[in-house]
Amino acid sequence: MMDRIAGLGRLGLAIIASFGRSGQFLFGVLAGVPRPATGFPLLVKQLYAVGVLSLAIVVVSGLFIGMVLGLQGYTILSDYGSESAIGQMIALTLVRELGPVVTALLFAGRAGSALTAEIGLMKATEQLSSMEMMGVDPLRRVVAPRLWAGFLAMPVLAMIFSVVGIWGGMLVGVEWLGVFEGSFWGNMQSSVDFVDDVLNGFIKSVVFGFVCAWIAVYQGYDCVPTSAGISSATTKTVVYSSLAVLGLDFVLTAVMFGDF
Amino acid sequence: MAQRSTEIIVGLFMIAGLAALMFLALQVSGLSPKSAEQTYTLYANFNDTGGLTPRGKVSMAGVTVGTIESITLDRDTFQARVTMSIHAEVDNIPADSAAVIRTSGLLGEQYIDISIGGDLESLNAGDTFYSTQSAMNLERLISNFASGR
Repeated sequence: MMDRIAGLGRLGLAIIASFGRSGQFLFGVLAGVPRPATGFPLLVKQLYAVGVLSLAIVVVSGLFIGMVLGLQGYTILSDYGSESAIGQMIALTLVRELGPVVTALLFAGRAGSALTAEIGLMKATEQLSSMEMMGVDPLRRVVAPRLWAGFLAMPVLAMIFSVVGIWGGMLVGVEWLGVFEGSFWGNMQSSVDFVDDVLNGFIKSVVFGFVCAWIAVYQGYDCVPTSAGISSATTKTVVYSSLAVLGLDFVLTAVMFGDF
Repeated sequence: MAQRSTEIIVGLFMIAGLAALMFLALQVSGLSPKSAEQTYTLYANFNDTGGLTPRGKVSMAGVTVGTIESITLDRDTFQARVTMSIHAEVDNIPADSAAVIRTSGLLGEQYIDISIGGDLESLNAGDTFYSTQSAMNLERLISNFASGR
């Protein structure tokens, strides 16, 4: 009995210690700002790996999600004879919710897991400690460019996701099902507000990008340096990022769109 | 060379992101560059504003000529006071025009329609509409009909 209570206490302490370590780690990374001359090429390389290579999955899923929204929206709205509201439904859903959230989930699966595995393997093969031996700060050289790349790439991907999704919805709604194109765009423009909808969605994607990149690099840097440790750290990255994104989405939605 | 082509691709990626944001701003939210349009303020008092909301439209003959800025309660008369900002080029609304709350479609949102009067004088900035017509309340309509009044 006492053993179980002690085990619970140990678990709690470990969780709190992990939060503390990740905070310290974040401070260390942000304090070690990369020098522009050496840091910029590293950042560009990571932006390519994290952002450009995630483009394919983001564009394809955005297209299909937009098309599904168009199809489902048409089926439901045509019952009420208001299928011209399909444009506003697709645009609001994508810009406010699905764009940032689904992109963040895809980003955690596609780029976050790769970041964790890469940094974890560097730790397991003692590349990070040999960097320290050479007097190179691994936080500044390895971790900081990856964190910044995730932070910068995520909003770009989310914006592209929303645009491709709206295009996919237009493809189904206007080209295939025959909704009048003028009322499709007109309804959309009269109901979507730039500051309230587009900018708030953008802020969401910035927050998600930061959280996903932070979790990914921290899990990699903090993993147990064995093959089993790397695999569990990669799993944790995807699970924690997804939970954090969905939980934060609720909080941000309540703050941005809730009337209280 | 490999570094350079990576840089170019990343640059294109960033430009694609900016273009997507521009598309969302201009095409989807209909944000026009000349958003700081000249407007003037008019007021109207209603007994019942129904589901009227700020940022709703004010129209004349079906054309949008302004937006609703705010809706507040007048503490003395217990009426709702609606503040509207009207585009500056529409500066000849006759002074005896009426502000009417209407619903677009059966389930659509409510807006203010200005029915034009015949006065030669026109409303100036800060004026209040003399005659108004409150929102049609379906429940009240039915109860009036049922009680035969």
